[in-house]
Amino acid sequence: MQDASGAVVAFEHVTKRYPGSDAPAVDNLTLTVPAGEICVLVGPSGCGKTTSMKMVNRLIEPTGGRITIGGEDIMSLPAVELRRRIGYVIQQVGLFPHLTIGENTAVVPKLLRWKADRTRKRTDELLDIVGLDPARYRDRYPNELSGGERQRVGVARALAADPPVMLMDEPFGAVDPIRRDGLQNEFLRLQSRVRKTIIFVTHDVDEAIKMGDRIAILQRGGILAQYDTPAAILANPASEFVERFVGADRGLKRLSMGRVRDLDHIEPVIVRSGEDRAEIRKRLDRSDELTFALLVDDDNRPLGWIDQHDLRGDGPIDPGAATPGAPTVEPESTLRDALSAMLGSSVQLGVVVDERGRVAGLVSVDAIGERLRAPVRGVDGELHEVGEADATS
Amino acid sequence: MEFLGEVVAWFANPETWSGRNGIPIRLWEHVSLAAAALAVGTLIALPLGMLIGHTGRGALAVVSIANIGRAIPSLGWFGIVFVPALNLGLGLGFWPSVIALVPLAVPPIVTNTYTGLREVDRDLVEAARGMGMREWQILRRLEIPVALPVILAGIRTSAVQVVATATLAAVIAGGTLGQLILVGINIGDEVQVFGAALLVALLAIVTELSFAAIQRAATSPGLRDRGSAAELSV
Ligand SMILES: Nc1ncnc2c1ncn2[C@@H]1O[C@H](COP(=O)(O)OP(=O)(O)O)[C@@H](O)[C@H]1O
Ligand SMILES: [Mg+2]
Repeated sequence: MQDASGAVVAFEHVTKRYPGSDAPAVDNLTLTVPAGEICVLVGPSGCGKTTSMKMVNRLIEPTGGRITIGGEDIMSLPAVELRRRIGYVIQQVGLFPHLTIGENTAVVPKLLRWKADRTRKRTDELLDIVGLDPARYRDRYPNELSGGERQRVGVARALAADPPVMLMDEPFGAVDPIRRDGLQNEFLRLQSRVRKTIIFVTHDVDEAIKMGDRIAILQRGGILAQYDTPAAILANPASEFVERFVGADRGLKRLSMGRVRDLDHIEPVIVRSGEDRAEIRKRLDRSDELTFALLVDDDNRPLGWIDQHDLRGDGPIDPGAATPGAPTVEPESTLRDALSAMLGSSVQLGVVVDERGRVAGLVSVDAIGERLRAPVRGVDGELHEVGEADATS
Repeated sequence: MEFLGEVVAWFANPETWSGRNGIPIRLWEHVSLAAAALAVGTLIALPLGMLIGHTGRGALAVVSIANIGRAIPSLGWFGIVFVPALNLGLGLGFWPSVIALVPLAVPPIVTNTYTGLREVDRDLVEAARGMGMREWQILRRLEIPVALPVILAGIRTSAVQVVATATLAAVIAGGTLGQLILVGINIGDEVQVFGAALLVALLAIVTELSFAAIQRAATSPGLRDRGSAAELSV
């Protein structure tokens, strides 16, 4: 991983009033996006997301306030030069139909008068980065590509001159939902490498939660309703509007954000075929949390649960006695998936396994509940109790 | 049948191909007059069409004025030019004929250039502007190349019209194949009238086909499946 190549973007009391309209489209917006982070602007249609975003590259001029990038006022240099330093991706992608994919990617380098071989090298590198084989794609035309492929070229084009800031207006809005998920993941992986400062517009709250390091929720009239991390917004919606906007299922959304690796693991009582029952009973008694032992094979992979019944009497344990179907979860599994797996099994414990399927620990339904009640870190870097800023206030 | 035989004989006659009233000279007059009118018309129409197409301003006025050119019958233009040309002492012939043909050449080019540029997706223009293109760069690198098939279709229409109408230049001593027709009518030589008219028709067809070929060759492969847009505005 490299350092953030992005720059801080700050809105300071930014207002936009369109001519002939009394109500502002963006009203006194103040927020700071730290370098290398994705800030998602989200809200219902017409709430001023696009207007806010386009003021950053001056496609729209603010009527009040100022915007800085890396501390520098965006008005301090000519608009075209500013724009060449800001990557721009739109929903319709906007690839030039008469140019090849290679030429499309090279638009900004060409504006910057890069040497031909430097441009060519950069173009190939970029296509590679977004997962398109340069040899196959360089000389094709946009009309020969699928929607998803075009979207990737759009991202490559925006990254061409290595701008510190990227603006993305509903970039995956025109892609079908199945492919969108893949593109989002791919983009997040790419972002973890390039670490740009990204202003990302969407009307989809799930996309905002998934993509955002922080989320700015706007409401009609361009008013900032809440600006915080996804976890903090879901835990403590600042107003009734936010609560309604994030949805009644925000508890489940929080579950989707959490990972099994974030939970406290319980040490299992591990049992192998042939071990002595009395011995196992003794170990199980010492644990105050567990009433089941976990039978594993020689490679430490879980086979099933052993309960008190199976342990009556003496002599070696009979492997056939184990209740099969211990639900396994991975550290990367979402809490939502883990909970679902655990609720569906007779023993409400999840077996955390590593990539080879070996037991790494246990997690309980209670631990998930506790996790949801644990304080959440906000954009201020502080931990906040869940429900602290109650929506009803 | 007999008549066609005479037409063939007329074409075969060496006299038809020689002298002041021979086909080569009249054909040359015709082509050079049409080319000059098309060139002047294009020089006027392209910048005008681009200006209103890129800015989206003044379109109604310009297209309306251009269309007046279409509304007046072609022969009328030669009449309109006839009087001032004489009064200004320009004489008759080539340049007055060019001036008479230009108003015919302009409208299809202005209209198609304007329409072609306007049809360029606004999202594309916005993407271009957002990437830091200057206005003239947007015009030169995006709008014109994307609109090129439509613009060339306008020039093609214009060229065919000018070639056909250049025939009328004969009435103000502009020569051209029209002169052969005029002479044929005066001396009652129907064969010559028909033969010369046939040549004009052939020339128009050749013009149409050549410009169509240019249009195809100049269209980026990335725009090929949008050729229908070009067909529309012919
Ligand atoms: N060019 C414009 N002229 C006048 N009003 C506009 C213009 N663009 C947007 N608006 C208005 O400003 C408000 C915010 O628009 P926009 O920023 O596009 O919202 P969003 O992207 O959140 O859907 C809307 O009410 C919209 O109608
Ligand atoms: Mg929008």
